[in-house]
Amino acid sequence: MKLEIKNLKFGYNSTPVLKSVNMVAEPMITAIIGPNAVGKSTLLKCICGILKAEGSIIFNGKDLKEYRKDEVIKAISYLPQESSTSAVMTVLEATMLGRINSLGWRINDEDLSASMDTLEKLGIEELAMRPMNELSGGQKQMVSIAQSIIRKPKVLLMDEPTNSLDLQRQLELFDVIQTITEDHGMTTVVALHDLNLAARYAGNVVLMNGGKVVASGSPASVITEAMIRKVYGVNARVTLDGEGIPQVIPINSTRKCRIKKAIMG
Amino acid sequence: MNVKSKEAYRKMMGRKYLFLLSILVAIFLTFILDIMTGPASLSAKEVISTIFFPAYSERSVQVIVWTFRLPVALMAVVTGITLGLAGANMQTILDNPLASPYTLGISAAAGFGAALAIVFGVGVLPFADTLFVPVNAFVFSLISCMAIYGIARFKRATSETIVLTGIAVLFLFDSLLALLEYTANPEQVQAIVFWLFGSLTKTTWTTLGITVGIVLLVIPLLAIDVWKLTALRLGDDKAKSLGVNVERMRLKGLILVSVLTSTAVAFVGTIGFIGLVAPHIARMLVGEDHRYFLPFSALSGAFILSTASVLSKVVVPGIIFPIGILTSLIGIPFFVWLLLSKKRGYW
Repeated sequence: MKLEIKNLKFGYNSTPVLKSVNMVAEPMITAIIGPNAVGKSTLLKCICGILKAEGSIIFNGKDLKEYRKDEVIKAISYLPQESSTSAVMTVLEATMLGRINSLGWRINDEDLSASMDTLEKLGIEELAMRPMNELSGGQKQMVSIAQSIIRKPKVLLMDEPTNSLDLQRQLELFDVIQTITEDHGMTTVVALHDLNLAARYAGNVVLMNGGKVVASGSPASVITEAMIRKVYGVNARVTLDGEGIPQVIPINSTRKCRIKKAIMG
Repeated sequence: MNVKSKEAYRKMMGRKYLFLLSILVAIFLTFILDIMTGPASLSAKEVISTIFFPAYSERSVQVIVWTFRLPVALMAVVTGITLGLAGANMQTILDNPLASPYTLGISAAAGFGAALAIVFGVGVLPFADTLFVPVNAFVFSLISCMAIYGIARFKRATSETIVLTGIAVLFLFDSLLALLEYTANPEQVQAIVFWLFGSLTKTTWTTLGITVGIVLLVIPLLAIDVWKLTALRLGDDKAKSLGVNVERMRLKGLILVSVLTSTAVAFVGTIGFIGLVAPHIARMLVGEDHRYFLPFSALSGAFILSTASVLSKVVVPGIIFPIGILTSLIGIPFFVWLLLSKKRGYW
């Protein structure tokens, strides 16, 4: 289902972070890219309602404000950037929490099956009975993802989901996200730093800078050498592979390194 | 779901039920032992028959059991439950393993209230003549809670804000208590110090009834939030995205903890440590699924305090040792043993 963001504004105290953000996310993977502190995480938090922003978020033709709170929670799932937890519970229990609204005192077979199926989809079913506090950072991240997708949301928001995952897990994770997105017609919005992952998996790339959307479109139209130089301050080589997907090879920073300057004088 | 995983899950749940059953049996044994011990020793048979069939017991045994020992033994269990629940809830809502009702200065405020009554001989509420020390303790603990609540609400109630406010309240009331002790005469200082040690011997059926009533009132309010409390352990953002109103949960939890703690402190005095250690024992044995974590914290608290009550009567024959000292003496080695015997990090 289509997610439209119109004139979204948000600030922490008197510091504006989002300055009139406009974007559209269709049922596919949309990657939000941009340097640090441009408002990517804030935007996701505003969409899922953790932060209250000015402006409109139109979901399926209706403003989110017009939906009941439980409808929004059911429809939109959010995976925060820092999802490492010290909670003492098994992976299965933690995954079940993704269905918090349907859980009763007694866990039924449906909840158990849904949790196990989700873990299997992510290839971590062997962790089901392991305590969360014994997992590596990457494994915890996979469990958080399981929590986010267990209730089959219409919109999935993920903030840097590949943090602390190794290369193989990153690709496996995005393969799963792509499959789920396509199978369920889900609108998936992912804030990402890795431009190559964004280029490979996103159908739509939204570039943010200074609290605004400065470009959006197909990966090949947004991820260009000129854009990387202008927005990131980095010289990079961008080539298109056989499928027309851009591949980014960073070369050097266009700005003189401040640390090097401090050491060398 | 595959059969193997289902079996593993059932096995895990079975283990939790086994732990719950074991601790219930342990509490029952210490409870009976608590009634058996004292200046006049009673047999287990005498205790059980007097509780269930008082008409068939000797008059003297009836009086010992029903007038003196039963309310004290029950108060040990109920106060343990109260402090265990308060500690578990506090550690969850503040996301802090060192949090206990005492971290927020609630006991310090109660101690000051009691000391004020002991030194000046007047209560805040004039109609509560016989109960003026506990009523003063209760009123002051509620004042401290409301102060923390007010400041936390004003500052949007992050866990750090609440803990820091609690520490400030703790220092404030400790200083006021020291000031009071400085101005009091030696007899008054002695009375204050003894009250602060904590004692179950002042228990009456009335104070027990009030404590039980309050615990019964609070339990359903906690029970309806078990999944939300569990979700809080995943972090604020994740809990919010699951629909948990984190700020409201924190404030509700704070109020419930205040009510539980002030009730316990008001009638029994300051008994530290249980609110801190009982949740840790529960966490190590049944994890943080709050459907089990909360009851197990409560029962761990009951077990520790009931054991302490027994020991308070047998450590020095003929004298009832202050229970607050014993809870720490029993609990700390047990807690250290639990920590050292587990390889996993529990926070």
